Amino acid sequence: MKRIALLGMPNTGKSTFFNRITGASSRTGNWPGVTVDLLGAKVLLGGAMVEIVDLPGIYDLHGFSDDEQVVRHFLENNSVDQVLIVLNTSQIERQLSLVLQVKQLGLPAILLLNMADEAKKFGITIDAEKMSGMLGLPVVLLSAKYGTGYQNAYQLLGRTLEESVPVRLDRLKELLSQDDRVELEMDRVLKSTVQIPSQLSDNLTSRLDRILLHPWLGLPLFFLVMYITFQAIFLFGKPLQDGVTWALDTFRHAALEPLFAHFPMILKGLLLDGIYNGVGTVATFVPIIILFFLFMAIIEDTGYLSRAAFLMDALMSRLGLDGRSFVMLLMGFGCNVPALMGTRVMRTRSLRLLTMLVIPFSLCSARLQVFIFITAAIFSPKAAPLVLFSLYLFSFATSLLTAVLFKKQYASSEPFILEVPPYRFPTLRQMLLRGWHEVRHFLNRASKFIVAGVVLVWLLTHFPANVPPASTHTLAGMIGSAFSPLLDPIGINQQLAIALIFGFVAKEIVIGSLAVIYGMQGQGLMALMAHQLDWVQAYSFMLFTLIYTPCLSTIATLRSESKSNAFMLLSIVWSLGLAWLVSFIFYQGARALGY
Amino acid sequence: MAIVKLSTLAAGESGVIAALHAEDELYHRLAAMGFRIGKRVEILRLGRFSGPLHLRIGATDLMLRRNDANKIDVAAE
Repeated sequence: MKRIALLGMPNTGKSTFFNRITGASSRTGNWPGVTVDLLGAKVLLGGAMVEIVDLPGIYDLHGFSDDEQVVRHFLENNSVDQVLIVLNTSQIERQLSLVLQVKQLGLPAILLLNMADEAKKFGITIDAEKMSGMLGLPVVLLSAKYGTGYQNAYQLLGRTLEESVPVRLDRLKELLSQDDRVELEMDRVLKSTVQIPSQLSDNLTSRLDRILLHPWLGLPLFFLVMYITFQAIFLFGKPLQDGVTWALDTFRHAALEPLFAHFPMILKGLLLDGIYNGVGTVATFVPIIILFFLFMAIIEDTGYLSRAAFLMDALMSRLGLDGRSFVMLLMGFGCNVPALMGTRVMRTRSLRLLTMLVIPFSLCSARLQVFIFITAAIFSPKAAPLVLFSLYLFSFATSLLTAVLFKKQYASSEPFILEVPPYRFPTLRQMLLRGWHEVRHFLNRASKFIVAGVVLVWLLTHFPANVPPASTHTLAGMIGSAFSPLLDPIGINQQLAIALIFGFVAKEIVIGSLAVIYGMQGQGLMALMAHQLDWVQAYSFMLFTLIYTPCLSTIATLRSESKSNAFMLLSIVWSLGLAWLVSFIFYQGARALGY
Repeated sequence: MAIVKLSTLAAGESGVIAALHAEDELYHRLAAMGFRIGKRVEILRLGRFSGPLHLRIGATDLMLRRNDANKIDVAAE
């Protein structure tokens, strides 16, 4: 029986081709000269039974990885009548070397250029006839996935197989003798100088894992680590953010305001309240991003992030996410922006996108400020903590709901295999570099978008110029009244609608905007709001604030991290829709119950 | 030496890989991590609530979900 060997680089669709040509008849078997099992099958081809063997995917016939040695030993010990070389057409410039190596050995070969359809889309064209002439072997274009080009390949294979004569094994051995000598030499040096125990010794990593991955202690320890990290980031972060805000304010009062004092009001407003505030918004994120990535670098570089993935995987895999998504989701409770940037540790795009869709529902510290103010104004001191707690529950529930609803769309086709590295000490240099790179990335990618957004909202809330800023006569007020058919059913009046438009920029400024809208501050504002709003309206407003787009910086980060405007839009539309739906159900339900 | 699925081994047990019934993508990932017929795998621990397997192959530790471990046959030792 004649024998055909299938040869190619990894990921060229070689196995797909093999399955197609052999149907389900393949079985693993032993071959002389090689220690691993190879897939083989006997099929009817051109009127005779032939045997086809699927060799491991390799890059180099003369290489020394396990698979490369297997291929070489197979060829040296088993006579082959025909070699079928499968290459990825799009990567032909990198892969042609394998063909020439086979040719050098004098093996009768046919070149199958797979994924020809894909290459065509990239604009790669191949003159198969000319290539065949230059290489001195038949060349066939095909697509193993869609099954095109197969008839050509079969016919050609049948024809050439009748005439082909296998190369003599002693000749092959001679040609490969150089490689064999290298193998022997490698073996000799390794054997006498390197010792690899069949079982690794019980080192520090194993001992630490026994505690940190303990069946009962593992999860509580994980939550403790997360809690400490979280507290540390935002404990150190708060004074730094306040410092940046103070510095920006001082600079504004001491330098910018006197400088622009004689400018027309509208230009001064645009420059200071629009552009300068936009720059300020960007700047306040800088300390948090640096701190976040300093601590994330510790968690990641020590190897603990993989352990967290292990501990949380049972739950998260059911949501279509993984344990690392959970870490980022938790960090989102401090600030969504660095949490979104942190998803970059996940290499699978669909998994990353699903995580990024879920993170904005984490109740971040900026939203917390709004909720604390409103609950203090509207609810009794006894009820306030319960109200806040219920908002956290809503935050978790909307995250879970989003993951469950979208996990099909963002189903990960990639298998989830994660290396669990030994514990290592992170280096300070590494940590600082990481923080610096991430900040630079944020500034490069997101700052223009954020400043533009802040300016836009300023324009909406300050035009036309002849009406009081942030009043119902401004563009924002008009938008608010235009949307009143949608906002009335969820209990949001025109003033609150304007605050929501401000809140699109950043949740930190919602309270400040309410102060401008109502023309009152602090206790006075609280009293006025308590007078104007009942608790159902206030709670509905908080639900909406919790669920709709967290802030412009989050959107800018979503956009720069996903590199997709469509994905950014999906996130905005979905969160707005969900916010409206939840507020609607709550508001109408509470009213129906007589509250 | 019975041939069993890798997912049926308990923590602390080990086996020699007998077959990989993995689809293309999983097969490549496994191959990159050093999974080959004849290699020895040791189960270090199992995640709670049907969580993943923490295992060691050669000098590499990694985690593998149970449904993927179902596709690997081992000769239990």
